[in-house]
Amino acid sequence: MATSEVVHAHAAPQGFIRKYIFSLDHKIIGIQYFFLALTAVWVGMILSLLMRIHLIWPDANLPLIGHIQPETYLSLLTMHGTIMVFFVLTTAPQGGFGNYFLPIQIGAPDMAFPVLNMLSFWTTFVAFVVMIAAFFVTGGAPLHGWTGYPPLSAVQSSGPGEGLGADLWITSIAIFCAASLMGALNFITTTLDLRAKGMTLMRMPLTVWSWFITAILGLLAFGVLLSAGILLLMDRNLGTSFYLPLIVVNGQVLGHRGGSPLLWQHLFWFFGHPEVYIAILPGMGVASQLLSTFSRKPIFGYRAMVYAMLAIGFLGFMVWGHHMFMSGMNPWSAFAFSILTMCIGVPSAIKTFNWLGTLWRGNVRLYSPMLFAIGFVSLFVSGGLSGPFLAQPTLDIPLHDTYFVVGHFHLIMGVAAIFGIFAATYYWVPKMFGRMMNETLGKIHFWLTFVGTYAIFMPMHYLGMAGHPRRYSQLTELGYLHNLLPLQRFISIAAFITIGAQVIFVLNLFWSIFRGPKASDNPWDATTLEWTTATPPPHDNFGGHTPVVHNGPYEYGVPGAARDFVMQSDPAISPHPAH
Amino acid sequence: MATLSPNLAVRPPRTRDTGGDPPSYGGGNGNERSGNGSSDYGGRLRRARLGLVVGLTAVVMLFIGFTSAMLVRRGLPSFDQQTNTYSRDWIPIQLPWTLIAINTAVLLASSVTIELARRDISRQMALAPVQSIPGVSLGDERRFPWLGTTVILGLGFLVGQFLVYRVLQQQHAFIARNPSNSFTYLLLGTHAIHLAGGVIALTYAAAATWLQRPIESRRIVIDVAAWYWHFMAFLWMYIFVILLIAR
Repeated sequence: MATSEVVHAHAAPQGFIRKYIFSLDHKIIGIQYFFLALTAVWVGMILSLLMRIHLIWPDANLPLIGHIQPETYLSLLTMHGTIMVFFVLTTAPQGGFGNYFLPIQIGAPDMAFPVLNMLSFWTTFVAFVVMIAAFFVTGGAPLHGWTGYPPLSAVQSSGPGEGLGADLWITSIAIFCAASLMGALNFITTTLDLRAKGMTLMRMPLTVWSWFITAILGLLAFGVLLSAGILLLMDRNLGTSFYLPLIVVNGQVLGHRGGSPLLWQHLFWFFGHPEVYIAILPGMGVASQLLSTFSRKPIFGYRAMVYAMLAIGFLGFMVWGHHMFMSGMNPWSAFAFSILTMCIGVPSAIKTFNWLGTLWRGNVRLYSPMLFAIGFVSLFVSGGLSGPFLAQPTLDIPLHDTYFVVGHFHLIMGVAAIFGIFAATYYWVPKMFGRMMNETLGKIHFWLTFVGTYAIFMPMHYLGMAGHPRRYSQLTELGYLHNLLPLQRFISIAAFITIGAQVIFVLNLFWSIFRGPKASDNPWDATTLEWTTATPPPHDNFGGHTPVVHNGPYEYGVPGAARDFVMQSDPAISPHPAH
Repeated sequence: MATLSPNLAVRPPRTRDTGGDPPSYGGGNGNERSGNGSSDYGGRLRRARLGLVVGLTAVVMLFIGFTSAMLVRRGLPSFDQQTNTYSRDWIPIQLPWTLIAINTAVLLASSVTIELARRDISRQMALAPVQSIPGVSLGDERRFPWLGTTVILGLGFLVGQFLVYRVLQQQHAFIARNPSNSFTYLLLGTHAIHLAGGVIALTYAAAATWLQRPIESRRIVIDVAAWYWHFMAFLWMYIFVILLIAR
């Protein structure tokens, strides 16, 4: 039985520009996405650092930006949220690791449309530049939060950042939509059409499934966000009244009438909720892959994992109303959205159960990627459990716009997804750059980050239950918040330490890329196709061969096998039917 | 839309590397029958069509967003400052229907001509292996330039839509005057931008003929551009109906 087919190899481009800048190679493009996200995450993290400093030392005079005004604080939180959601949580797992490893894991030589892939990256890059430009224009960055609710976001005169800054913000989002749609198109076509012989759908690694489902979500969600953004730009610049009712700003009646701010919320959250899953699904895929690999056991309930991800993706499109319980909603609609939201708990619980089932009595190897994968599961549970609280209108109404919500979504969407990215980085950097990352530094980084993020976001639930509103810049002016200030101080200090721990990660990453010990082709004894090829993979991924797949993705601890793992391209282990 | 599988089973003539395609092997979708590695032309066509269908889904979602916004906005009451009451502020726009009907006819005609261009290049593809046999000549038959005709008709449609815009401006039916106006401009404008993209794709396809690109590359470009163009006609009919019943 053949394990690979000899095919005609393709020469790699030689010039620096074609090879590294405007490269058509999905691996280079994946690395470009990864470093774009790494840049963005530092920008976003520094913004949060400034916010945390301001909250506990409101009178501090900071270098470069001086004293933080309330409107500056709003700009900081707007840009922090936007940059993190779009340019980190959407860009790194999907654009970065998805681009690099989806084609290799399905045995393809490249993405289906390499030129489109390159365009997709460079469009994302332009979107990032436009977003950052909002800091430097007159009035500065916008104030309307990452959700951009009108009327604040739709009226040019509503605040200092709502002029050109807000226009740049919306334009950047629109460009990002176009880039994401191109990326989604490529991912879907590649997964459907470029799988190697024998790579049936039910033999795809769960990472591939997660990138594929994420791409479908992106395809359906970003078009709607684009439509919402176009309407917002028209309201701002052409005088239309899609979102704006009759409105008075500083005693001046604006020319708008009859529009509805709720219309924006519906369109935005129809995108916004699936976006949450766009951020977290790749993390789920990575966690599944790593838990299986480092427990030396097949993933528990492979098919259930696939169907659970499909169910989460499907339900993700029917729950956008749960962000709007406080916006004025028919109680019957709220009831329907509430029930559907809690339904998402079912596939989520299936996934958690299966992760724990995979770990159960496994031969667990606690390397740093595995630690981050376990950390992902932990944060997914902790962040997810507060979801059913917020899903009920009776509980959401007092908790809405408090720190409870901030704690909830940071744990599940922010940090859990980031842990997925860290896990993927420690796991795949040896394949991408041919060098192992330092284990000791990795473990120090893990423990500081793991304890640190819990120390930051867990107390926020308590702040929220105590009635602490979110997005307030000045806490010292309100008497009833005085007793909560020590907790805010604790959170800020935990944030400083956690941010400091990320320096360890960056040093480890760059030191390892250049100076780390050489990685073998399969340092983790893993089974998927990327570990069958050279490290780092050649231009056409498999060096003139195309693999033929005979086994499922997680064949660990196979009875009677020579090693404790059987790779996907190894000869078939049993009369295992191709599903 | 027609079947996604290529309908030709001829041995393709020698291809030239176009640089923009993945290395020319692999080609499979996980089934045991695939991965033949020798001829990837069918795979490229199938991928291009699949990519187009996926891309059009995004366009569909864009217009679903617009349409739902339109239907919601249409039902909203507006607060009247003078009378302190709520009233409907949606006043249906007066459209130059004759001009729009002519534009529609032009676009539908262009859909027919692009289909003829698509079939023409398929026929050329089928005959290419015969022509490559030494000593065999099919004669230098002159073909009707269906592609060029389509480009001209497409540009004609865009000019027609610009005339609609001019008429609306002359009638003082400005974009911000009324929500019905706003949505009409929005739908016409967004469709025109997408159609202009189609004109660019067709021009590229025509240029590919001049640049003597390999016939299978040309066929893929024309095939995909043709399906896109048909979709634009379909989208226009959808907008036409929306404007007719819900403007």
